[in-house]
Amino acid sequence: MERTQFVKPKSLKNTHHNYCPGCGHGIIHRIIAEIIDELNIREKTIAVAPVGCAVFAYDYWDFDVTEAPHGRPPAVATGIKRVLPDRIVFTYQGDGDLAAIGTAEIIHAANRSENITVIFVNNTVYGMTQGQMAPTTLIGQKTLTTPYGRDANRDGYPLKVCELLSVLDGTKFSARGMVTNPKEIIKTKSLIKKAFFKQIENKGFSIVEVLSMCPSGLHMNPIETKEWVEKELTKFFPLGVFKDV
Amino acid sequence: MKKVLQGNIALCEGAIEGGLDAYYAYPITPQNEISAYFAEVLPQKNKVFLQAESEIAAINMVFGTAVTGKRAMTSSSSPGISLMQEGISYLCGCELPCVIVNVMRGGPGLGNISGSQQDYFQATRGGGHGDYHTIVLAPFSVKEIYEFAKESFLLAEKYRIPVLILYDGYLGQTMEIFDTDSNEEKLNVKIDQNIDKSWVLDGAKNRPSRKIRSLLMAEGELEQHNLKLKEKYTQIKKNEIRVKFYEIEDAKIGLVAYGIAARAALEAVYKLKNKNIKVGLIRPQTLWPFPYNEIKNLSNYIKKFLVVEMSSLGQMVEDVKLAVEGNAEVFFYGRGGGALVSSNEIIKKVLEIY
Repeated sequence: MERTQFVKPKSLKNTHHNYCPGCGHGIIHRIIAEIIDELNIREKTIAVAPVGCAVFAYDYWDFDVTEAPHGRPPAVATGIKRVLPDRIVFTYQGDGDLAAIGTAEIIHAANRSENITVIFVNNTVYGMTQGQMAPTTLIGQKTLTTPYGRDANRDGYPLKVCELLSVLDGTKFSARGMVTNPKEIIKTKSLIKKAFFKQIENKGFSIVEVLSMCPSGLHMNPIETKEWVEKELTKFFPLGVFKDV
Repeated sequence: MKKVLQGNIALCEGAIEGGLDAYYAYPITPQNEISAYFAEVLPQKNKVFLQAESEIAAINMVFGTAVTGKRAMTSSSSPGISLMQEGISYLCGCELPCVIVNVMRGGPGLGNISGSQQDYFQATRGGGHGDYHTIVLAPFSVKEIYEFAKESFLLAEKYRIPVLILYDGYLGQTMEIFDTDSNEEKLNVKIDQNIDKSWVLDGAKNRPSRKIRSLLMAEGELEQHNLKLKEKYTQIKKNEIRVKFYEIEDAKIGLVAYGIAARAALEAVYKLKNKNIKVGLIRPQTLWPFPYNEIKNLSNYIKKFLVVEMSSLGQMVEDVKLAVEGNAEVFFYGRGGGALVSSNEIIKKVLEIY
C-alpha cells in the first residue's frame, strides 16, 4: 500500500529558500503555510512581509503578500484589514522590525485590537545586516555592535514583547513558542493556529512570538544555536500563553 | 449645487464625491477640520476613518489600503508630511495609487502654524529616497480644492501613483461660495480604457497569488523598474500638465505664482491693467509635472518674469529659471515664515523691473 509521507503545503511555493542552514524562518514559513491550508483560508489571506531576512517571504508563500517599510507591517495590516474585514491578515516580523523601529506601530495596533495576527520571530539578532544587537539580545550576549557583550548600563535590557503587550486590553492572545525540535514545532504550530482562530472569530489582536535560530548572526553552528535557544534564551523568554481572552 | 465651504471641508466633500474609501491621519494644525469632518461623516457612509498614532503610521495605513485597490487618503501639514516621506517613496516604488494632502505651514522645523508655500521642493523633488515623482496638484480656490480632490483618485489610479494635493493654511481656512455643477476649474482627467486592477491584493481566489514589492535585487532588475517608472513619468508630463494664463497675450512681464500667492498676483495684474501696465499671470495647477514648455514658449516675447511665492528663499523660481533657459530675466518676490504676499507689494516690485 502506498502512503504519502511528505506533502508540500499548497500555501508554499515550490522553490528554493535563500535562508542559511539552520535558520528557523523556513520552519516557521512552513507551519504557517500548513495552518493556512488546514483552515482553508489561502484564498482570502493577505500577509505583510517585514524588512529583514524574511523580506522575501512573498517568494515562498503562495498567497497574496505585500512588502512594508521597516517596522510598519502593523500599520500596513491595519490599512488592509480595515477595508477588507473578511480577509485574514497577518504580519511576519523580526525582532528589529517589531521591537525596535516598529514599537509604536505594534503597541498601537495591539491597543486598538486590530483584528490581525502577528507572527514575531525572535532570534535576538539582526540577521540580514550581519548580526547587530537586537532589542531582544540577552545581557552579556556578544553581537557585531556589542563585541564585549550587551551591557545593561549602556544598552538597556532585552524587551519582553509578549509580556509587554499582554497588559494591553486590546491584546486578546499572546503566546511564545520555539521551533528548535519537532515537539516544540508542533506546540508552536498549535499556538499560531489558535492565534489565527482568534482572528477568524473576530476576537481582535493576536500575537505569537517564536524563539528562532540564526546561526549566521549568532556565530554558532546550527546544533549549538538550537541548544542555545533551548537552554539560554528560554531562561529569559519563558514559553507559554500569556493571555487568552 | 451652490455651496459655501471652507477649503479644508471642500477637500473632504470632493474626496467623498471622488470615491474615498478610507482616511487615516494624525492631528496637526492648520488642517484639523479635515479629520474632524471625516470622523463624523465617514462612519455614516460605512467608510473608514482612523486616527493613527503618528504620520508614519498614517501613511503606512494608506499603503495597506492602497494594496487592496481601495481609495485611501491622508492629510497633514508640513512637519507631518516630512515624516511621511519614507512611506511616499515606498508607495512610488510599489506603484500604489493614493492621495496625500499637505496644507502647508511655515518652516523649517516646527516653524509656525500660518500658511506658507515652503514645501515646494519637498513636493516636486520627492522628499524621500530614490528616483521618483508624485503628481502635485496646486489648487488656488475652494472650488479647485473640491474639484482636484474629486478627480485625484482617478488620476492616481490611471498612473498607479500617489497624488499630492498642495495648498497652504490660509486657503484651507478660506471660505468661498462655489457651484459644484460648473465645469470650471476641473482637471478633466481622461481615462481611455478601464483602469487596470490586476495588481490588487484581495486574496488569491481563482487566480495566482500576487506580491507587491519595491525590493528588486536581481541583476539589472531595479534599473528596469526605474526605466519603467521613467516612462510613466514621461506619459504624465505629456498628458497631465495643467496651467492657467491671465492677460498674457501682450504682457511685458509675466508673473508666475501658484496657490494663494496667485490670487494676490492676479489682483496685481488687474490693478496694473487699469494703469495700462501690461502684466500677465502664469498659474501652474500642476507643480509636477511643471509647465516648462509653456513658460519657455512665452519667453519668446516676455523677457521678464517675476515669480511670487510665500517662501523667503524662493523655490518654484528655480523651475521658472529652468523653463526660460536663459531666454528671459527671472526675478523673485516672496515672503516666508507664514507671511502673506500682497498685491501692492507685487505691484511695487513690478514697477521696479518694468
